[in-house]
Amino acid sequence: MGRKITIEPVTRVEGHGKVTIRLDDAGKVTQSRFHVVEFRGFERFVQGRPYWEAPVLVQRLCGICPVSHHLAAAKAMDVIVGAGPGKLTATAEKMRRLMHYGQMLQSHALHFFYLSSPDFLLGMDADPAVRNIIGVAALNKDLAVQGVLLRKFGQEIILATAGKKIHGTGAVPGGINKNLSPEERDRFLKGAAPLNIDQMIEWSRAAVELFKDYHRKNKDMVDGFAEFPSNHLSLVRKDGALDFYHGVLRAVDAEGRKVLDDVDYQNYLEVIGEETRSWSYMKFPYLRSLGKTDGWYRVGPLARLNTCDYIPSPLAQKEFEVYKAYTDGKPNNMSLHTHWARLIELLHSAEVIKELLLDKDLQGAKLVKKGKKVAEGVGLIEAPRGTLFHHYRINDDDQITMANLIVSTTNNNEPMNRAVHWVAMNALSEKPEITEGMLNRVEVAIRAYDPCLSCATHAVGRMPLEVTLVDARGNVLQRKVR
Amino acid sequence: MSKPVIATASLAGCFGCHMSLLDIDERILGLIDLVEFNKSPIDDIKTFTKPVDVGLIEGGCCNSENVEVLRSFRKNCKVLVSVGECAIMGGLPAMRNGIPIRECLEEAYLNSPTVDPEDRLIPNDEDLPIILDKVYPCHEVVKIDHFLPGCPPSADLIWEAVTALVEGRPLQLTYDLIKFD
Repeated sequence: MGRKITIEPVTRVEGHGKVTIRLDDAGKVTQSRFHVVEFRGFERFVQGRPYWEAPVLVQRLCGICPVSHHLAAAKAMDVIVGAGPGKLTATAEKMRRLMHYGQMLQSHALHFFYLSSPDFLLGMDADPAVRNIIGVAALNKDLAVQGVLLRKFGQEIILATAGKKIHGTGAVPGGINKNLSPEERDRFLKGAAPLNIDQMIEWSRAAVELFKDYHRKNKDMVDGFAEFPSNHLSLVRKDGALDFYHGVLRAVDAEGRKVLDDVDYQNYLEVIGEETRSWSYMKFPYLRSLGKTDGWYRVGPLARLNTCDYIPSPLAQKEFEVYKAYTDGKPNNMSLHTHWARLIELLHSAEVIKELLLDKDLQGAKLVKKGKKVAEGVGLIEAPRGTLFHHYRINDDDQITMANLIVSTTNNNEPMNRAVHWVAMNALSEKPEITEGMLNRVEVAIRAYDPCLSCATHAVGRMPLEVTLVDARGNVLQRKVR
Repeated sequence: MSKPVIATASLAGCFGCHMSLLDIDERILGLIDLVEFNKSPIDDIKTFTKPVDVGLIEGGCCNSENVEVLRSFRKNCKVLVSVGECAIMGGLPAMRNGIPIRECLEEAYLNSPTVDPEDRLIPNDEDLPIILDKVYPCHEVVKIDHFLPGCPPSADLIWEAVTALVEGRPLQLTYDLIKFD
């Protein structure tokens, strides 16, 4: 008499996910799956729309990091209007960078403080009623305030560069529609405490320390939890530096050997393929050179710090060296170390924002460039959750005829399934009773990847968590609701 | 006296309205003194544990599951609010309403340039909810008491509406709060 466990919805992730775990008579796990259950149809309904609408339309796939979609689409449209990589004005490229690094700051702060820190600060087995940002505030108000204000600062940067905190309109094909006024700049640089960039850098440093301290005290759990080897993919700057806005594709395997290097992403179809499976609306991408079975890879903070050679800002580089030393310079395959990597990226983002704010190019007047129009363009960006692919074709009437999107979370589909399987095997299999804390561990594994399922299905929504034990004939044996 | 209870849901939306709710920033820490949160994606309460005073709905209905969640919100919430364009009129997801759903699925799964021809299939599984023919605004499925426009509605609009509702004040939504973008 087999049983099936359903966790639905997965909460404190951004989007709509569901986990099913099937158990046999002995309570042994026979199958585990992480499903994405909504479908949008974006690829079809964007057809016929004028190309210049894409950056404004597509970001509405996801309100968590709309800037990523906004900029990936804008980068694809830059190519289409003949102003592709390297051809934008300095003002346009730097304004977009500022927008993007502002978004990295807000998204990473949101993920760590609002969504994940309750698991670490309150405990995975804590009462679900307090396992949230409010519970964190009750425990450590200062820390909660720092999280809230870090996110706010990032959102304010987005407002100043994109015109709106959510679903802005700053980037246009071939450039940007505004520069940064000296007043806006000074507010970020010298604003009254705590809302200025130096305070953000300080708090980001403290966040890295907080996680390092947690790690020191919980080494075995943090290192061992959902640890498994994989390939890692990201954009890196031409010289190998970490770069969230632009670069070439690089992939390394679990041992650090380069599987892909220096690939121009306009040719992404040659190196990336996707598999479809019947039980999820999210596809399964793979590196073509390694094939469907072995070619799956991780993206996001963990992957980026595995693929890049260094971080081009001093404080984050110092933290990067400590982080790399922990694995003797080898790729880090420990799922929960993603949090460590994410916080180093938070610090890097704050440092880059300061560097950009001090750059006079942001007050430049040349905003848009145009060249010879072509019918097809690909735009890639490192979104907070990992590499994001946008690919469009247009016709002679400037209408979109084809859109293909591979969003960050889709790239992490197989790794998230592996992480769920790891927890199912290690925490749930052959246990006499299934507890709420065990089920939360499944979600902790998923949460490490910060999945944005709204993007992935091109949707969102969440449901109660209900665990139903069902026998092989579908009879309900036990139901647990939290 | 017990605090007013709030619940939130995101149906076929992009989560941007929830993000705009979080854009009340520091006020969220004060909000905790005013209200108590029940079922919401930003916490781990997955089913209603008590009657709710104000339910905030983001997104319209694109599948059977959205309809179930919306109905359970209507049943458990005294006041139900459609937050943002998707809840109010379907929003961007409703751009598929003029196109047969099969064409949308074919474009995503059968025509994708990254999927090899032998791997092309349309997902279909007992664990996936049924997709509706169209995306429906919430008030076509259940009665909705208030509508907050915007894509997303601004944090100030959400703040004003929520605090008015929990304090039992009439909603005073001035033009600058409800004007679109």
